[in-house]
Amino acid sequence: MKHNLILRVVSKFLIPLIFLFALYVQFHGDFGPGGGFQAGVIFSAGIILYALVFGVDSAKQVIPPYVLRLLASLGVLIYAGTGVATLLLGGNYLEYGVLASSQVAGQHLGILVIELGVGITVMSVMLIMFFAFAERGRPEMNSESKSE
Amino acid sequence: MIDNIVDITLLSLLAIHAVAIIRMRSLFAVIMLFGGFSFLSAGLFVVMDAADVAFTEAAVGAGISTVLMLATLALTYAPAEIDKKEKRPTHQPWLPLSVVFITGALLIYGTWDIPAFGDPDAPAQQHVAPYYLEKSMPETGVPNVVTAVLASYRGFDTLGEVTVIFTAGIAVLLLIGGRRRVNPQIEKTGGKRET
Repeated sequence: MKHNLILRVVSKFLIPLIFLFALYVQFHGDFGPGGGFQAGVIFSAGIILYALVFGVDSAKQVIPPYVLRLLASLGVLIYAGTGVATLLLGGNYLEYGVLASSQVAGQHLGILVIELGVGITVMSVMLIMFFAFAERGRPEMNSESKSE
Repeated sequence: MIDNIVDITLLSLLAIHAVAIIRMRSLFAVIMLFGGFSFLSAGLFVVMDAADVAFTEAAVGAGISTVLMLATLALTYAPAEIDKKEKRPTHQPWLPLSVVFITGALLIYGTWDIPAFGDPDAPAQQHVAPYYLEKSMPETGVPNVVTAVLASYRGFDTLGEVTVIFTAGIAVLLLIGGRRRVNPQIEKTGGKRET
């Protein structure tokens, strides 16, 4: 794929737009269609496009696999941690109303935070799966590299 | 009127895709058609005003699962035979075909009792939906009812879903994560592992 000039130029132009759209879907999910799940998938689609055109190795320099593993757990942690935070603030588990001064403001904050957690987890898991499939076909260069 | 034309176009294209997927033997072409099928389904969801579902279907169904199926195809075939044809089935299709036809006929018979699409008096619209539609704006301040239900009223479900996705990622990592190890010891001893 290294010589595909048109593909490279077009995808360089498209990928920032895809990321921007993913962020829009992520943070505009309260008002329009979308939310964390869709945003995470769109974001990972941008990186997968990058990996398809420029190679998996360059994509791994953008997001190293260990970062993806950390992010996948971080997303679930943010979501579950929001629940624990509401518990500590005196509400029920995932009762967002106690997060801010008023019920509506708390709901708004809570929904934003947990959607962020959903987005981070979905994005990283999709990329983990893609990298796992893409890496599987290639024999290991150095058999003494550290085990994972 | 225009809705009907769009519906009929999308549904007939879906049917054409389905028949083509069954008939074709080239696995690469079938994967591409799967992507097209998902994209047409996303279009149908948009027509039915389910923009959130259409988003997911277009991104996951048409985008990522197509890439994953292509990756699987690349893994299971040597590069020279990437356009390998699917083997012809050895059995006759009459038994599965009759099962499909009978099941389909029963399902169509079942649709006679289903309320019309978008019927406000349908039991599904009478249960909790009116509560969400009336109360979600004053209670959560979120205009998109889907997000309000997903993240707030059904927050536990969504937490479970995220955990399922996380678990799936761990499972993929455990099963096929990392590169395939070519152990020189095993190759030398002809597959006998030294312990």
